[in-house]
Amino acid sequence: MQSQNPTWPELTTATVPGTPLNMRILVIEDDRDAASWLIKGLKESNHIVDLAGDGEEGLNMATNATYDVLIVDRMLPLLDGLSVISKLRAGGMKTPVLILSALSDVDERVKGLRAGGDDYLAKPYAFSELLARVEGLGLRKLLDPKEAKLRAMDLELDLMSRTVTRGGKPITLQPREFKLLEYLVRNAGHIVTRTMLLENVWDYHFDPQTNVIDVHVSRLRSKLDKGFAEPLLQTVRGAGYMIRAR
Amino acid sequence: MLVNPKLFKTSSFRLSAIYFLFFAFSTAALLGYVYYNTSGLLERQTEDTIRAEVLGMADQYRERGIGGVMEVITRRMTDGDSIYRLQGPDGQLLAGNLPIMPGTNLSDQLWFDFPISVGKGAATSQHTVRAYHVELAGEYELLVGHDVQDIRKFGDIIRTALYWALGFSFVMGLTGGLFMSRNFLRRIDGITEASHGIMAGELSGRMPVTGSGDEMDRLSGSLNEMLSQIERLMQGMREVSTNVAHDMRSPLTRLRARVEAALRSSDKKEYEEALQSTITECDSLLKTFNALLSIAQAEAGQTRTDLEVLNVHEILQDVAELYGPVLEDEGGTLTLELEPELPVKASRQLLAQVVNNLIDNALKYGADEKTGKVDLVVSGRRNGNWVEISLIDHGPGIAEADRDRVLQRFVRLDNSRTKPGNGLGLALVASVMTMLGGNLELKDNNPGLGVVLRLPSHTTVV
Repeated sequence: MQSQNPTWPELTTATVPGTPLNMRILVIEDDRDAASWLIKGLKESNHIVDLAGDGEEGLNMATNATYDVLIVDRMLPLLDGLSVISKLRAGGMKTPVLILSALSDVDERVKGLRAGGDDYLAKPYAFSELLARVEGLGLRKLLDPKEAKLRAMDLELDLMSRTVTRGGKPITLQPREFKLLEYLVRNAGHIVTRTMLLENVWDYHFDPQTNVIDVHVSRLRSKLDKGFAEPLLQTVRGAGYMIRAR
Repeated sequence: MLVNPKLFKTSSFRLSAIYFLFFAFSTAALLGYVYYNTSGLLERQTEDTIRAEVLGMADQYRERGIGGVMEVITRRMTDGDSIYRLQGPDGQLLAGNLPIMPGTNLSDQLWFDFPISVGKGAATSQHTVRAYHVELAGEYELLVGHDVQDIRKFGDIIRTALYWALGFSFVMGLTGGLFMSRNFLRRIDGITEASHGIMAGELSGRMPVTGSGDEMDRLSGSLNEMLSQIERLMQGMREVSTNVAHDMRSPLTRLRARVEAALRSSDKKEYEEALQSTITECDSLLKTFNALLSIAQAEAGQTRTDLEVLNVHEILQDVAELYGPVLEDEGGTLTLELEPELPVKASRQLLAQVVNNLIDNALKYGADEKTGKVDLVVSGRRNGNWVEISLIDHGPGIAEADRDRVLQRFVRLDNSRTKPGNGLGLALVASVMTMLGGNLELKDNNPGLGVVLRLPSHTTVV
C-alpha cells in the first residue's frame, strides 16, 4: 500500500502540521500491554490520555469527567464494551466513541455502531490508522454540520450548490469526487487513511487488494492542483492523505 | 470345537438362547397337554370304570349278599383286561381270575399298581395292573383291577418324545445360536477391524460389504458413505493447513531474515527500513488471515443479519465506478452492461467484495496477451429465476483442467508468484456464492475468461 510520489512532500505522522488538537482521550482497555503502547502513541501526538482497566471503571470515569473522544475495547471485564457505550448514550452523553475489537466481521461492526459507537476499528490496527480516526472523531465536534461552505487554504466547497472553487476558479468534479474532497476538507489539517476513505466515501468495509483509492485521489489531485503552484492534497507516507488547512 | 467365549456375549447368542427357552417351554407345554389328554385321560377313565364296578358290586352285596358279588365277578371276568379277586376271611379265593392277592394287609379303599405275568411260555411278559382294593363288611376283600400296560406304554412314548424334543431343541438352539453368533461376530469383527485401521490413520479404509444387501451391508454402506465424506473433508483440511503453513512460512522466513540482517548492521537507516518492511509483511499476513476468516465465516453458512434485498444493478454500478479509473489508468476499459432491475437477497459488502475480488483478478491476470491491456466487460442480467453477474476478459483464461482447482484456497496458477496476492480471492467468491444460495461458473471466452455468478432472483421488485 505504499504509493510513493516523489514530486510531493513526504511527511511522517510526527511532523504533520496543524494538529493543535490536544484532546482529552479516555482509553477503556483491559490489555495493559496494548493500552500502554496506545497511550504512549497518543501522548506523543500531544493528547491527554486516561486509562480505565475494566468496563465499570470506564463507565465511572466517562460519566464523571469530560472527554473529547472515548476509545473502548469491545471485550472488557465486569462490563462489556458495548454495554458501556449503551449506558453512556442512555445517560445522554454525546462524546464520540471509537470501538476497538478483535472481531472483524461486518455483523460485529454493525452491532457496535448500533450500540452507539461512532467508528469501529478491528484489531490489530496500525497506530496511524487509529490516530487518524480518533482525530477525525475529535474534529467532528468542532465543525458545524449545518455549515454551507467548507474552506481549506484557497479552496472553497459550497455544500448547497455542490460546487468547488480554488482561488475563485471553478473546478468541475464528479459526484463521488466531490464527496471525496468534502471528506478530506472536513478533516483538513489531519491525516485521512485509505481505509477511512473507502469506508466513508464508498461505504465499503473490506480491504481491496489494489490501489483503487490512490487512483481516485490522484485524479482528484490533478483537478485541484492544475494551474496552481502550491500543492493542496498531500500524500503522507505510510499513513494516507491530507489537505492542508492553512 | 474350541468355542470362543466372546460368542456367548454376543447379542445373537443371547437372542438364540431366549428362542431356545421359548421353544423348549412351548414344546413341553404341547407334549404335556397331549399327555394329559391321552395317556392321563385313559388312566382316569380306567379308574372311573373300576370305581363304578366296585360301587356296582357293593350294591349287589347289599341286595344279594356275597353270592351276588361272586356271580357278577364270575360273569365279568371272562371279557377283556379286567382282573378280579374276591377273597374270604381266611384269604381263600371266592371268585375272580387273580389267584394270589399281590400283598398282605392291604388297607381299605387303596389304589395301587402291581405286576402280573401275561401269556404262556416264552411269550410271557410282565404287565402293569392298576387296582382298587376294598373290604366288604370287614370279612371279605375285593380287588378290581385293569391291565394298563398299553396306556403306560403310550405315556412312556409321549414322555420320551418330550425328553427327546427338549434335548434336540437344546442342541439345535445351542449350535444354531453359536453358528449365528459366529457369523455375526465375524462381520462385527470385520467392521471393528476396519474402524481400528481408520482410527490408526488409514483414512482410505472402508467397512467390509458382503454384497448380500442385508442390514449389515446397509450399515456398512452408510458408514462407508460417511467415511468418504470425512475423508474428503480431512483431505481438504489437510490441504488447507499445509497450504497455510507453507504460505505463512515464506513471509515469516523473509521477515526473520530481514530483521536479522538489520540487527547485524548498526545503521539506523537500515533499522528503519527493516522495521518498515516488517510492518508491510505483517500487514500482508494479516490480510491473508482475514481472508481465511471471511472464507471460514461464509463456509460456516451462519445466517447473517445483514442480508437484505439489493439491486445488483446498483452494486455493479458502484463497484465499476470504483474500479473504472484503475483500469483506464492502465490503458484498459471497463464496460458495464446492466438490466435495470436485478433484485437479490444478499449483503452489499459481501457482494461488492466478491465483484471486487474478480475485478482484481482481471487486473492481475486478464490482460490481452497482444496489447497488454485489460478490457473487462461486467454485465448483470436476469436469466429465468436467476440473476447473473458476468465478468469477461480477453486474457489467457483458465485451462479447463484448472477450473475446479483454482477455487480452492491458496491455489495460484501463476507459479512464479510474481503478482501480489494470497490465492484466496476465488475461494472467497466460491464460498460466498454457496452461502448466498448461488453458484459460480468459470467459462472459456476464446480467448479469455468468463466468470458467471448466479444468485437466486428475489421475487419482489426492489
